[in-house]
Amino acid sequence: MLAFLVQRLFQAVLVMLAVAVIAFALFNYVGDPISSMVGQDTSVADRERLRQELGLDDSFIVQFARFVGRAARGNFGLSYQQARPVGQIILEKMPATLELSFVAATLALIIGVPMGIYTGLHRDTWLSQLLLAVSLVGVSLPTFLIGILLILVFAVMLGWLPSFGRGSVVHFGWWSSGLVTLDGWRAIIMPAVTLSLFQMTLIMRLVRAEMFEVLRTDYIKFARARGLTNRTVNFGHALKNTLVPVITIAGLQLGSIIAFAIITETVFQWPGMGLMFIQAVSFADIPVMAAYLVLVGFFFVVINLVVDLLYHAVDPRLRLDRERVGVG
Amino acid sequence: MVEGVLTAAAAVRLPPGLRRVLDSDLWWSFSRSPVTVAAAMVALMIIGGALFAPWIAPHDPWDPASLSLLDASNPPAWLDGGSWTYPLGTDNQGRDVLSAILYGSRLSLFVGSLAVLLALLIGVTLGLLAGWCGGLTDTIIMRIADVKLSFPAILLALLIDGVVRGMLPRDAQSEIASYVLIAAIALSFWVQYARTVRASTLVERNKEYIQAARVIGVHPAKIVLGHLLPNVIGPILVIATINLALAILTEATLSFLGVGLPPTQPSLGTLIRNGNDYLFSGDWWISIFPGVVLAVLILSVNLLGDWLRDAFNPKLR
Repeated sequence: MLAFLVQRLFQAVLVMLAVAVIAFALFNYVGDPISSMVGQDTSVADRERLRQELGLDDSFIVQFARFVGRAARGNFGLSYQQARPVGQIILEKMPATLELSFVAATLALIIGVPMGIYTGLHRDTWLSQLLLAVSLVGVSLPTFLIGILLILVFAVMLGWLPSFGRGSVVHFGWWSSGLVTLDGWRAIIMPAVTLSLFQMTLIMRLVRAEMFEVLRTDYIKFARARGLTNRTVNFGHALKNTLVPVITIAGLQLGSIIAFAIITETVFQWPGMGLMFIQAVSFADIPVMAAYLVLVGFFFVVINLVVDLLYHAVDPRLRLDRERVGVG
Repeated sequence: MVEGVLTAAAAVRLPPGLRRVLDSDLWWSFSRSPVTVAAAMVALMIIGGALFAPWIAPHDPWDPASLSLLDASNPPAWLDGGSWTYPLGTDNQGRDVLSAILYGSRLSLFVGSLAVLLALLIGVTLGLLAGWCGGLTDTIIMRIADVKLSFPAILLALLIDGVVRGMLPRDAQSEIASYVLIAAIALSFWVQYARTVRASTLVERNKEYIQAARVIGVHPAKIVLGHLLPNVIGPILVIATINLALAILTEATLSFLGVGLPPTQPSLGTLIRNGNDYLFSGDWWISIFPGVVLAVLILSVNLLGDWLRDAFNPKLR
């Protein structure tokens, strides 16, 4: 267990380092930040002064060391586009994205798991077939298209829900929350549904497949032979054993939710980190891009690590497998 | 209906090549699945429409001379104020939506399939290298693959796209936008091929035919390309079909986000993005029709991919 932990930690650090190098290379070699910050008529002397202020004329090693040192303290320099500290911008945008991701993930779980259980237990009913067909369409519909359709129906045609923004937010220190006002809840419904649909279908299909698998095993047959009620067999024995992989995948999907939030946030003009990143990409605002990259990389590494360790702790078969085939 | 066509086809004398296709397991399982046949027909229709767009499109949507603002924002023909000159209506600049969709799917399919081909090339090459050489080469390639795999493809494609954008002057961007996009998508999709090829290479390289080829002194490059590659490529082609849908989707998403193809060369994603601005004024057809075509295209390619996967999976036979 300890060897595994050390190995995983080492890998995590390696990934973070790779991400940092990419982010730094972005900083250093992409475009000329000065010319994108100043106007056409800025004098050469002014440009040089700005270049020195930003530390862009130092050597590679000095700049990389400074980058890592600053990044560790959450300082990513000034945004080229807004001329404000990137850390501050991210801190403003983060609550919006995290709240959206959290609501979407919860939605995906509390709807996806029951649908998966139902389609797993009753594989040939018309409702199962319908759910499966809908899920296939759900996977094929691009996220942004789902968002547009929702806006068209519920905002433009029916006028029930707002089509953009977070509604009114309440500030708790640096955290701004839209989940304490009715307005905020109305605003989050459509983005959260859009973001959760893909994960929902994924979780449903996963639970369904796992249920099939488990229901075929001998201990389920024995449980039935012993005369246990269907309810006990299905939920007490079968469901429990399907949940291990589901928890793993759901955990890993949390990372993709944060990444896919980019699309949803653009469609609904949700003022989060995803929208910030897209704007940074189209303006070639490198510090913002680099900071987002490092932050998302960090989220991913932490999530992967936690999930791996959880899996390892929960499923004893994995430990045996690993010992038998050696590492990897 | 399919059965009828098949028996009719069987009655006619056929060239031996086609005969063999019709007798194969694959064709049998294909013709037994009505959903798959329908998906194939729909996909062929869209691909045909895209290929022959210059000949079958009622208008040339990108010829500014033919545009007239008087015809802007016309609704589809079956609604009030629509006309059959523009069957699916026109956008805010008077472009025919149907023609724009035909040309747009041409670009979407072009970018999508080239991206898959490039990803295939990169992935298979790296997979063969990793599996055949082993050792340090293997470790380095697979570690890069691990790092890549810990990020969603869309994020990586966005990043590559953003970086190239930063490096190029603005006027050069729109010219090579489609090639940047192809590279970005390919670079974010190669890992799956590399891992699959590596895994099957590790199995195949110890088999007798490879050992025999080595012993009689066949050049390693010839062993890998002539003997190994044909034996590991099967599952790869199935993944490629499924990835085609994903690549088209990624292209559309990037274009929708405004970092893909520019409005001067609109793909389906760009068309949806353009139309999105007019959704609130009630001109829903500008974005919804390209969206429907995109969704139907992806759904049918997905269905074909699912069928291929099942057909090639001996466990399910």
